[in-house]
Amino acid sequence: MTNSSQRSGALLKTYFVLVFFLALKAAGNSAMAWGMKHIPERMSMNPALYLRAMLNPFVAMGVIALILALLTRIALFSLADLSFVLPVTAVGYVIAVFLGKVFLHETVSHQRWLGTLLIFAGAALVGSTSRNTTTPAEVPK
Amino acid sequence: MKWVLVAAMVVATVLGDLLQSHEMKQAGEQSVSARGFARLLHVIAQRRLLILGIACNAVSFFSFMALVQTEPLSFAVPASSASFVLETLLAKFVLHERLGARRTAGALAVLAGVVLVGG
Repeated sequence: MTNSSQRSGALLKTYFVLVFFLALKAAGNSAMAWGMKHIPERMSMNPALYLRAMLNPFVAMGVIALILALLTRIALFSLADLSFVLPVTAVGYVIAVFLGKVFLHETVSHQRWLGTLLIFAGAALVGSTSRNTTTPAEVPK
Repeated sequence: MKWVLVAAMVVATVLGDLLQSHEMKQAGEQSVSARGFARLLHVIAQRRLLILGIACNAVSFFSFMALVQTEPLSFAVPASSASFVLETLLAKFVLHERLGARRTAGALAVLAGVVLVGG
């Protein structure tokens, strides 16, 4: 295998893990928000309240999806730098606003949508840079 | 109260991410296949700072649960990204990652967007 096909394979793997992470995060956030809003007790410093809240099926689904998202993100950290992972996963904020509006019927202002567009632009810009900035550059032959 | 929860979530997230990124750089490349996840769990069990990083994620997680109970998801999620600038700065100055001009500009655009979304 050539260096360039190895590199594009590694890049593809990084983006696959990234998309998998975003899907898990979106599903987890939505299920969690839906479930938590249907729990009558207000959360406080008492950890038992949080554990009891997890008995709600939507909260439980949210927890499972978000734990899988966490593990996927840890794997992503081994493939790319923090300063790459953080900006590109910011697309998740846009997805969350969209899901909040469509599925949870939240009011989303123009200002919030404007911010959403800026996030898209910034994430696209960052996504086009190299995936691992601490690996030393290859020495040309 | 909502800003207290946001602050708890942000600080715990920043600390958790730094610890995870630092530890995983040393652990080497991981995959997300079934065997990959088993190996990943093994790596986690052997690294105390990585476990501390995950504990920070738990604090962040509980704060998020409390936040989405009373606030819209379209506020809670963008608010969680208040950690973003701090993390990028720490990535540069603590983890010594190189941030190119393009990446920095992109990161700043994302940040500005996030401020508007959360406002």
